[in-house]
Amino acid sequence: MTSNLVKNYFRMDKLPHIWCPGCGHGIITRAVMKAIDELKLDKDKVCIVSGIGCSSRASGYLDFNTLHTTHGRALAYATGLKHANPDLEIIVITGDGDCSAIGGNHLIHAARRNIGITAVAYNNNIYGMTGGQYSPTTPTGDKGTTAPYGNVDKVFDICTLAQAAGASYTARATVYHAQLLTKLIKNGILNKGFSIIDAVSVCPTYYGRKNKKGDAVKMMEWLKDHAVNVSAATKLPEEKLAGKFLIGELYHNPQPEYTEEYKKIIESLRRG
Amino acid sequence: MSSTEIRLSGSGGQGLLLCGIILAEAAILDGKNAVQTQSYGPEARGGASKSEVIISDGDIYYPKVRKPDIFLALTQEAYDKYVGSISKEGIIIADQSVEVSDVKCAKIYCLPILDTAKNDVGRIMVANIVALGTINEITSLVSPEALERAVLNRVPKGTEELNRKALVAGKEICNNK
Amino acid sequence: MTNNQAKLMQGNEACLEGAIAAGMRFFAGYPITPSTEIAEGASERLPMVGGKFIQMEDEIGSMAAVIGASLAGLKAMTATSGPGMSLKLENIGYASLTEIPCVIVNVQRGGPSTGLPTSPAQADIMQARWGAHGDHPSIVLYPASVSEAYSVTVTAFNLAEKYRMPVILLMDEVMGHMRERVVLPDAKDLQIVNREKASVPPEEYLPYKADPDGGVPEMPAFGEGYRYHVTGLIHSENGFPTTDAKKTATLLNRLMKKIDNNLDDIVKYQEDSLDDAKIVLIAYGSTARSAKSAMDMAREQGIPVGLFRPITIWPFAEDKVKEIAGKAEKIIVPEMNLGQYRSEIERAVAGKCEVIGINRADGEIITPEDIYEKIKGVL
Repeated sequence: MTSNLVKNYFRMDKLPHIWCPGCGHGIITRAVMKAIDELKLDKDKVCIVSGIGCSSRASGYLDFNTLHTTHGRALAYATGLKHANPDLEIIVITGDGDCSAIGGNHLIHAARRNIGITAVAYNNNIYGMTGGQYSPTTPTGDKGTTAPYGNVDKVFDICTLAQAAGASYTARATVYHAQLLTKLIKNGILNKGFSIIDAVSVCPTYYGRKNKKGDAVKMMEWLKDHAVNVSAATKLPEEKLAGKFLIGELYHNPQPEYTEEYKKIIESLRRG
Repeated sequence: MSSTEIRLSGSGGQGLLLCGIILAEAAILDGKNAVQTQSYGPEARGGASKSEVIISDGDIYYPKVRKPDIFLALTQEAYDKYVGSISKEGIIIADQSVEVSDVKCAKIYCLPILDTAKNDVGRIMVANIVALGTINEITSLVSPEALERAVLNRVPKGTEELNRKALVAGKEICNNK
Repeated sequence: MTNNQAKLMQGNEACLEGAIAAGMRFFAGYPITPSTEIAEGASERLPMVGGKFIQMEDEIGSMAAVIGASLAGLKAMTATSGPGMSLKLENIGYASLTEIPCVIVNVQRGGPSTGLPTSPAQADIMQARWGAHGDHPSIVLYPASVSEAYSVTVTAFNLAEKYRMPVILLMDEVMGHMRERVVLPDAKDLQIVNREKASVPPEEYLPYKADPDGGVPEMPAFGEGYRYHVTGLIHSENGFPTTDAKKTATLLNRLMKKIDNNLDDIVKYQEDSLDDAKIVLIAYGSTARSAKSAMDMAREQGIPVGLFRPITIWPFAEDKVKEIAGKAEKIIVPEMNLGQYRSEIERAVAGKCEVIGINRADGEIITPEDIYEKIKGVL
């Protein structure tokens, strides 16, 4: 039986999606829809903007104003949309390669402006659509089709990057922690400025297979075992945190939002 | 159809671009046609820069100055660099600090433009406006009314008196000679 | 500000004022010589009229933001020069395929690469036509005076809105920076074209439904209740991706026919003294001004020279050039590049008369004397 969430927010005739069996992206997409549903956002005002890659195909399946842009540029397109019409609710769906490699510059500057956009990074640690090349979030030493001897690069932490650049809300959850993920996306949307949610996904087809991580279930179990909630982490000794990663709301510091600040200029000129 | 080509030169920061713009605007106020261009590129470096104006009763197509009828040089470097193509009937107006060479032209004036700006008007930064007063007194390029209006339209608010004074001072140094 | 008064205006400034008069309310850009005055002007002027300016992090981002803003319903523009244009091509291609109206100004400077940042050139002629990958239509306009920088920018927006596509406005450093006397038209005398909004309710709306023979689909803005999909993938009438060969061909053919079926509306040019001309100069932008002076010099000496000045660079005025080739003995093409437009003219002329180039790509402009000497040389 199809859930109401799917019926209400998916373009049913565009399904089934292209994602592989075991891929975590469906869980993230559901979490985004659940967040929109719980916030009762006006579908006509919501714009889903995506880049290129596995994650970014999501826009086509969703019943909103949807914009499937060029590789890495989703945040720049979204900036134009939001600046032109601040009444629009902009949610950017992007991937790890899309937002932290080819679109890295747009990520740091959207964060710097603190423009009212919520970005959800479907982070599966690999370029899936092109067949499993390593990305900026592929752990050092892990393999990809372009890292046959192990990846020498260091890893980007998308949340730390965005926070350093000026984002007013950063959070992380995994596809195992679906309810937390929904909550964090909701809070990200509620934050007036730039929010980013690092949604840790699984790619059993490429990343999992290349790195002998087992099937999707095994990969989900790994997420469960290695994620530590940020509130619990403060009470844990350092050795217990070795090899683990933090989930939860990592940073929230409301700051003036870009389009509201710009509006003040327009209004001051009108008065003048 | 009469057409006058003017080249205004000096060092970067002396306000020659503005000088050219004001001259072109004054010509338009007089009902004439005018084109202003500035030198960008390699020749703008090394301290010498220029702004060019063509004033005509008719249409102006090619916008750059080829043989200046009027040539202003506020510095030696600019003089040396740009004097070469002066028209045989041309007029050179140089600051008195400039050592003028033996060139074929109608007339050469060496006048204390920079000193006047600095000492009489009290601000070296208005040397460009002093120069405008001087140029127009010698050449009657535009009507004095249009020139004053054009100057006042373009200078920063609060500096109108200073610039009016500069314009008059520029005119007077011709008569003192 | 009353418009119909003579004033001195810079080319870049006139371009911006034309854009605002045409209804431009969004500008995204990145600083680059020699186009920066357009961005500076937009940052000052747009908020005064309720519009939006943004300086993006790079040239790619500014093109993307322009497309996003256009989808939100605003007339949008960016301005750049060669190196920036190269970076924008990716998203210009996107705007072509997705049929998002926008205007891109390229104030050309010497190239390739960083080239001669402060010197004029006309060497992006072919890039403007074919820069973005894949088959796509282009409309490229090129004014030759400050007054035209205003009026042709209005035309650029009108064509962008009418045919739903990116329109490139070429200028060059001379055009962008020179100031000259202009008398701007009254805003009420301008013809302004706006994109067609949806004429059907949302449930019947198909974002790319149009007459396959060159039709232009209707375009509501995001947020107006039409929840449609826009993608840079080949798509069918409903906007969703397809790999169907027939649908692909239909889409690409329609995009090309939008232009090919409307050449009379799009192709604009100026003819000067062509009737008895034995030698015809074909020139555009600032070089056309030198050509005009050279023509006058030649006419004074009794040499029958004419001038054909394309204002629309692409699509190419092929029929007109063929007609000229049938009457003139020689065509001279002065351009600040190494023969880009000449090659297109030669293709159209197909040997019917001699085509001679005058080419400079050294940052210096071609003078009337350069052209006049060539005229005398080929007599």
